Amino acid sequence: MLVIPCPHCGPRNEDEFVCWSEVVPRPADPAALSDLEWTDYVYNHANPRGWVREQWWHEHGCRRWIIVERNTLTHEVARTEPAPR
Amino acid sequence: MTSAKRRLPGLERQHRSLQKCGDASVTSVKQRFSIFSLLRNALGYRAGWQRMWRSPEPKRRYDVVIIGGGGHGLGAGYYLARDHGIRNVAVIEKGWLGGGNTARNTMTIRSNYVRPPSVPFHEGSMALYRELSRELGYNLMVSRRGMISFLQSSQAARTAARMANTMHVYGAKYEFIGVEEIKRRLPIFRPPPRPRLELLDGVYQPEAMMARHDAVAWGFARMADAHGVDVIQNCEVIGIRRDGGRVTGVETTRGVIEAEKVGMAVAGHGSVVAAMAGLRLPIEVQPLQAWVSEPVKPVFDEILVFSGYGCYMMQSDKGELVIGGPTDPYPSYAQRGSFRTIEQVTAAVLEMFPIFSRMKLLRHWAGMLDIVYDGSPIISKTPLRGFYVDVAGAGGFKTTPMAARMHAWLIAKDEPHELIGDFGLDRFARGRLVPEGGVSFNR
Ligand SMILES: Cc1cc2nc3c(=O)[nH]c(=O)nc-3n(C[C@H](O)[C@H](O)[C@H](O)COP(=O)(O)OP(=O)(O)OC[C@H]3O[C@@H](n4cnc5c(N)ncnc54)[C@H](O)[C@@H]3O)c2cc1C
Ligand SMILES: [Zn+2]
Repeated sequence: MLVIPCPHCGPRNEDEFVCWSEVVPRPADPAALSDLEWTDYVYNHANPRGWVREQWWHEHGCRRWIIVERNTLTHEVARTEPAPR
Repeated sequence: MTSAKRRLPGLERQHRSLQKCGDASVTSVKQRFSIFSLLRNALGYRAGWQRMWRSPEPKRRYDVVIIGGGGHGLGAGYYLARDHGIRNVAVIEKGWLGGGNTARNTMTIRSNYVRPPSVPFHEGSMALYRELSRELGYNLMVSRRGMISFLQSSQAARTAARMANTMHVYGAKYEFIGVEEIKRRLPIFRPPPRPRLELLDGVYQPEAMMARHDAVAWGFARMADAHGVDVIQNCEVIGIRRDGGRVTGVETTRGVIEAEKVGMAVAGHGSVVAAMAGLRLPIEVQPLQAWVSEPVKPVFDEILVFSGYGCYMMQSDKGELVIGGPTDPYPSYAQRGSFRTIEQVTAAVLEMFPIFSRMKLLRHWAGMLDIVYDGSPIISKTPLRGFYVDVAGAGGFKTTPMAARMHAWLIAKDEPHELIGDFGLDRFARGRLVPEGGVSFNR
């Protein structure tokens, strides 16, 4: 069971959250990308074994998006921060 | 549809023609298993049993290196030798054979899928499973149990109808049986008076099977070895060697091994190994758990799937109830999941079968699934020439022989067999996804 410290609500049980996906910056100019580059952005993941920055949604709490830094091997949560708007 | 339908006879022809060369080389197996060999060895205080495979030192160079000694990797090694005569092959495993997801799955072999490319692929795999014990000379304990899915919403019923239609096109049976028939077949089932989700209907796949999971890895390993393939354990691949867009070998904890071609079959570590080759894949790793009860006398035969609760239960040959549910809904390499999944799934099972509420759970474990973006397997070439991937996806025990065979075909010919034409990595760039759901994953 993960305990995720929401930057808005404090430590909460993983049940309250939805894990969305690792943070992948949106390309500044999608039209300038090749099909392969766009496919890589849309579908591919680094999916690392270790530390990762992810977007989570605090569905059953403040209902805000947050960034979670989490270790996929040890299940440690290092820190969280509000998601940029 | 028609073009898809034409694929099957091609494969059968292929299968028949390959059967012969398989038989010819079986003579190299030193030890056969039968009632007589059992008796003989029992009388000889079991001192006469030989090792099932060699434990060779890795050579400097192979034609093909397969990374991952689960069912998929060992099968690929076997089929490379048997179907294509490529015997200078190594299957490299970082731990022990079949100790990954092959050892952790819940053994269900079925073909109820929605999309046209999925059904012949899974049906073909079931056909291979039916013959595999004989072919490998090794008892995989394949047992045809049948599978009943409990339909608990009109959406689930619609999806099942759609599956039934697709499956009928390929000659696979998937029958609606109704609630009364479920009760008749499962005397221990009394629909709860006030269920959380109402049971609307049942759908039945008579050909669904179970098999001894470890035996699949061991049977393939033994036969691959007999065909001259080096099966190398305790050897982790830590790098992929490349030269000008081509793979040239692998770096391992036991030194560099050169290879003309490299195949990857590392379920649950796909992104990790692909990253060594400079590649990113459309996958995310998620933990999947299973747990078993104390053994009891046989009370039901079928594999039971509860669509609304996303979970399933069967009774193993040993008499244990085997229970599983959805993946834990976030990426994890930890090989463990959260207690809440166990709690939610067990509660759902007990709502349907209160008769089991006093039983004790004995064991519990988790494995890791490389969940593909669209829920279908990937068996594909990659942008790195000579480097091939077999990503088993959400339910890859059932696909083991077919995926391994197709992976071997792809490596040998550098072209996909038509049966996996739709399962290449190029489907993402082309927008030709093959979306499949499943009982056991969240997307
Ligand atoms: C709880 C659970 C239940 C399941 N139930 C079912 C089911 O009922 N039906 C079904 O069809 N499927 C099921 N599955 C899925 C199924 O187990 C897998 O899809 C399948 O076993 C994958 O086989 P594989 O040979 O590709 O992988 P594995 O058996 O995991 O083999 C991969 C091997 O690669 C090795 N490896 C990894 N990295 C390296 C490296 N760098 N160097 C060398 N070796 C490496 C690993 O040690 C491992 O042994 C289930 C999975 C789980 C976890
Ligand atoms: Zn919050």
